[in-house]
Amino acid sequence: MVVTSPRTRAPRARRPYSGTREINEQSELGAVYMRTLIGAQRRLGLSVCLVTCGALALLPLLFTIEPELGKFRVFGLGLPWFLLCLATFPMLVLAGWFYVRQAERSEREFAELVERP
Amino acid sequence: MTSGYAVVAVMVVVLGTILVGAYGLRVSRTTSDFYVASRTVSPWWNASAIGGEYLSAASFVGIAGLIFAYGPDMLWFPVGYTAGYLVLLTMVAAPLRRSGAYTLPDFAEARFRSRVVRGVASSLALAIGWLYLLPQLEGAGLTLNTVTGAPDWAGALVVTVVVTVNVMSGGMRSITFVQAFQYWLKLTAITVPIIFLVAVWQVRGADSLTEPEFPSFRQDTEVSFQRQATIHAEQEIVIRGTGVVDGERLEDRELLLTSGYHRIDGGSKFTFPKDAPVPHLSTMAHNTNESWSLPASSGADFPLYGAYSLIIATFLGTMGLPHVIVRFYTNPNGTAARRTTLIVLGLLSVFYLMPPIYGALGRVYTPELLMTGQTDAVVLVLPTRMIDGIGGQLLGALVAGGAFAAFLSTSSGLVVSLAGVLSQDVLRLGGVRGFRISAVLACLVPLAMTFVSTTMPVADMVGLAFAVAASSLCPLLLLGIWSPKTTTIGAVAGMLAGGVPALTAGLVTMFTDTGDSWYEILLSRPAAWTVPLGFTVMYVVSLATQKHVPAGVQRTMVKLHAPENLGLDGSGSSSSGQERS
Repeated sequence: MVVTSPRTRAPRARRPYSGTREINEQSELGAVYMRTLIGAQRRLGLSVCLVTCGALALLPLLFTIEPELGKFRVFGLGLPWFLLCLATFPMLVLAGWFYVRQAERSEREFAELVERP
Repeated sequence: MTSGYAVVAVMVVVLGTILVGAYGLRVSRTTSDFYVASRTVSPWWNASAIGGEYLSAASFVGIAGLIFAYGPDMLWFPVGYTAGYLVLLTMVAAPLRRSGAYTLPDFAEARFRSRVVRGVASSLALAIGWLYLLPQLEGAGLTLNTVTGAPDWAGALVVTVVVTVNVMSGGMRSITFVQAFQYWLKLTAITVPIIFLVAVWQVRGADSLTEPEFPSFRQDTEVSFQRQATIHAEQEIVIRGTGVVDGERLEDRELLLTSGYHRIDGGSKFTFPKDAPVPHLSTMAHNTNESWSLPASSGADFPLYGAYSLIIATFLGTMGLPHVIVRFYTNPNGTAARRTTLIVLGLLSVFYLMPPIYGALGRVYTPELLMTGQTDAVVLVLPTRMIDGIGGQLLGALVAGGAFAAFLSTSSGLVVSLAGVLSQDVLRLGGVRGFRISAVLACLVPLAMTFVSTTMPVADMVGLAFAVAASSLCPLLLLGIWSPKTTTIGAVAGMLAGGVPALTAGLVTMFTDTGDSWYEILLSRPAAWTVPLGFTVMYVVSLATQKHVPAGVQRTMVKLHAPENLGLDGSGSSSSGQERS
């Protein structure tokens, strides 16, 4: 048997819209895409913030509960001075760098997801 | 420490600012140029400009002064000012840029499609801006007074005039150049003297800065009292000079200052002998250098509450400052906005290493400021005090120039953003002319306020502006960006519930004397109760009014969060008013 022409009348599988189009047309699926992105970014932002700022915010409590800690010396500086004048700043920059890297990565993943035809 | 070099340095900074501004004038032509520098600014320029704008009088002179007077509790100011940018980076930077908003009121309108939300946000932005401008002008007065002996109002007037002229002629384009230049100027001006001061301190035997002794005069020191001061002397001191002590007039003669409290009138000038312990201002805690260096040494009531309130205000307040927000529009996209913010974080971290060193050296070399109460002057006085001759004078001039750069740059940024709000929301005058009229008005109000406000450390005043921003505009931004459930009514209720009490508390602290009342700390550090109030009211009212979720909120969320290069039509068909012509 020789097939001279492909079957064209049978229903073809529906070619899915790209994620971009789903989002632009405000479909349910588009909303799910967006909720996923926003959720991921919110989780990332909040965790970087809470870990970094939370750790900092523990210090006043720590120094109040245990005043002796204030007299402890690191590199010739009192512990509060060492922590707040020197140690904090590199930590903040590092946290910021980590956040930027992760946020850009999750945006790239989102772009790959929605641009898939 | 009147010094000719310092006057020259201040003049050079003022002229330099005007010249760089005029250079920008040639390239700013259209309204779009005036407002947002046509979005052609690279992340490094932008980050330097943000840094230049952000490092205000509070950062340059105020922090060192507070640390000098009150010890390590005040280190939360530099830490908080920097950590505020981490919060801004992680929660606000990219979505805010993507919203296309130029000012906070623009963001409010873009997110909630409501004139009412916009109006409330505008009023709050104006209040915060003016609250923030006031200490800049007071700081300028202090600096000019310290280096030339000019009256306090002169410095405020100079800053007002230079800023108004500069903003009116160049707008934002020139301001971006001015600001970027200012950051590097300020960093140089605070770092170079520190290198010399630390070297001198080391060469002279590196006296411990935390001895268990009270600060004492290192040499015979002539002290002039600008204002009336009530001081407490621990032991008898023989002083010599002209002035009024306890109501008794002295003309160039000796007086035995008995131990106990004394009132010295403004305009007095006395020489205190070498090695005598420094009497301290009655309102200030009396600490040995050792006890000063420990936490909770400031002697304030409820130190833990105070620390947390300061932490909350500075961590969350940064994002609500009107002049900070404006800068994000000049980034080409959300990703660039994030990178810019990260660079800012680095630039601020470098700068904030310096002020605590001034504060600590001041305990040993300029202790008399603890007695006159002019603690904010420690950065300005230290170089001439520690280094004799022309070297010290030149370094002093550098610091004075840097300080003036700080007032000019922060004030310029504030005036640009306030003028934007005024011309669009209050005067309703469009175009370049409306912007210019608004710029004048934005300057005049705080200048008038400098004549009535009390003398409060500049960093404390700035702290109040942060508290108002953290209680009102911060909930608006955070909940507006991250929760689609936030409603128009909720936004208005939350901003008012947090902002009005914080603002009232701030004004009461600034313009009245609350003295030693138990509630004084609740008013001078309001953030710990007003910020939770603002957030809770905004969230709860939003949940209760879910029928009033603004139309098209899904589209707005797409616009705020989706990367720009995907061609996502987030703003939908109802996009309007975002791009300025």
